[in-house]
Amino acid sequence: MIGIGIGFKWFIFVVAALVATGSSLMMVTRKNPIHSALWLIVTFFSVAILYVLLNATFIAVAQVMVYAGAIMMLVLFVIMLIHLEWGAQWKRKLSFAKLIGGVVTIMLFLQVLAGVFTYSDAGQKGVYSAQKLAQLGNARAVGTLLYGKYAFAFEIASILLLVGIVGAVLLARKRKD
Amino acid sequence: MIPACEFRWIMPEIMLTGWGLLLLIIGGLTRGSVASKTCGVLSVIGSACAMYFTVNLWGANQEVFNQLYTIDNYGTFFKGLFIAILILVSVVSLRYADREEIGSGEYYALLMFGVLGMMVMTSSHHFVTIFIGLEVMSLSIYVLCGLLRGNLSSVEASLKYFLLGAFATAFLLYGMAMIYGSTGLMDVAELKRFFLLKQPFSATMFIIGLGFLIVGFGFKIASVPFHMWTPDVYQGAPTSITAYMATGVKAAAFGALIRVFFTAFVPFQFGWSEIIWILAVLTMCVGNITALVQHDIKRMLAYSSIAHAGYILVAFITGDRTLASSMLYYLMAYSFMNIGAFTVVIALQKKGENNSDLDSYAGLGARHPFIALCMSIFLLSLAGVPPLAGFMGKFYVFSTAVKAQYYWLAIIGFLNSVVAAYYYLRVMMYMYFKETIGEPGAADKAPGYGLVMLICIWALLHMGIFPKTFLLMAQKAVGIFS
Repeated sequence: MIGIGIGFKWFIFVVAALVATGSSLMMVTRKNPIHSALWLIVTFFSVAILYVLLNATFIAVAQVMVYAGAIMMLVLFVIMLIHLEWGAQWKRKLSFAKLIGGVVTIMLFLQVLAGVFTYSDAGQKGVYSAQKLAQLGNARAVGTLLYGKYAFAFEIASILLLVGIVGAVLLARKRKD
Repeated sequence: MIPACEFRWIMPEIMLTGWGLLLLIIGGLTRGSVASKTCGVLSVIGSACAMYFTVNLWGANQEVFNQLYTIDNYGTFFKGLFIAILILVSVVSLRYADREEIGSGEYYALLMFGVLGMMVMTSSHHFVTIFIGLEVMSLSIYVLCGLLRGNLSSVEASLKYFLLGAFATAFLLYGMAMIYGSTGLMDVAELKRFFLLKQPFSATMFIIGLGFLIVGFGFKIASVPFHMWTPDVYQGAPTSITAYMATGVKAAAFGALIRVFFTAFVPFQFGWSEIIWILAVLTMCVGNITALVQHDIKRMLAYSSIAHAGYILVAFITGDRTLASSMLYYLMAYSFMNIGAFTVVIALQKKGENNSDLDSYAGLGARHPFIALCMSIFLLSLAGVPPLAGFMGKFYVFSTAVKAQYYWLAIIGFLNSVVAAYYYLRVMMYMYFKETIGEPGAADKAPGYGLVMLICIWALLHMGIFPKTFLLMAQKAVGIFS
């Protein structure tokens, strides 16, 4: 019975991971920005599934609500607002900049791979083990930390949001003359 | 739970936030020139209050808010420097922001929130707080850069800084995440204890994280492979903001960089010093050589600020914790020289004009002897001529390198400052030995500019001739590392 459970989990992981990789590849290769944005939503959803598999339910929900929901809405709005639907189509051409970008991307990718594959659990263990989280609940654990231990950083983040709002209003406001 | 008494340790931050919010409200109630003047004056008063509380914190040593925030001399030193910068920029803005019609409650409030971010990022050894402080600072400045909305280069500066800044932030955050992933710690002070127990520690993931941290901070201090944004942003931004950015952001980024590396990563000094050795040499050479051919004063000062970041990195490489005071002294001297120089640039600009061609400085000595004299002092200090603070700063920084036996680095630094003297002195040559070209407009003679210039000159002379007080302060500040 447990074997089937693990097999099923493995199956879901493979599907979600393949969909995430495939859709993000589709996203960067589409010519139409709207299509890219839609593929990005698919990526966000499949990554959310990966989070669920990691028992990080809170992050999964936040991912769907904030990224796939709110932020993608904004992205689509911006694309439509400045009429990018068909405007920004460039020819596929191998330029020097693209070459450099490709090399740097591959280097970074290899670096991350090296980091992941040589990962050894050398660090310290935190207090929130998988058992404790299952007992406490993810959202509760995050909430306790956010409003307890990290309250100061949370308060400063409110200033960050305020600066963002003030800045957006200031830059978007029409000139008086 | 947070005990209420802990809030008295963050009075400077509370002051800045409170006054910033007040300015937002007052800015909404008043209009035009009145709003600009009122808010400017209130901003100076608010900063003075914050300065009062900061000075009172000197000598205090306290961990507050569950180790997320630290009150120590190092943080207090930087807080004082940031508020001094804020006061000087506010005084300059009294006239400048009014002239360019960008002065409003929001302008001064964003200046204050920016300084709040700088203070938060330099007085914490927790990655979360450092990161959020950095973002508060950066976001305020992205907006401030684009305030001259009719001016295309200002909008370009804002967008460019925003996009590249976000990119660099991603690196910084990625670096922090990787260090957390390999050690399970986000607190730099705990990392230090961790490394003491687990020496040698060489997880690949950790090394990669350290590299990403260098990239992220390297962008903010404008060191060379990550400096591309600097000239365009410094030139396009409103000049008062350029002064604020060139001094405040650089000091804040160095403050956080020095705290993070000198607290926790000293055991790895042999590793990162090699990377930063190359960065420092490139930063000095590219900054100085490119500055040679600039014909716009703002752009020239931008390249010179890149070069100055290189000089500070020379002392950073040694990893010598007791001599880190030389960097703090340098940052202080550097801030006053740059604010002074940019104030002169502001005074000579016409309304709506955001560039300052070198030709408009021709014959300045005859037209405006006082401004020309002030500019000469700032330029001489930037070039490192005794008895000004710039000389003492360079002297301490290079002698730190020599003491740590980085002879080549000190020689390259010294040669670079010789090259730099050429383009600083060229401006002086234009001011005193050239005839006026064309018909330059009258200089903007506001008392605020004169005041700021005099304060900067006093600071430079005092720091240059009697450096002991300031050096002692810097030494007490870096005392936390030993």
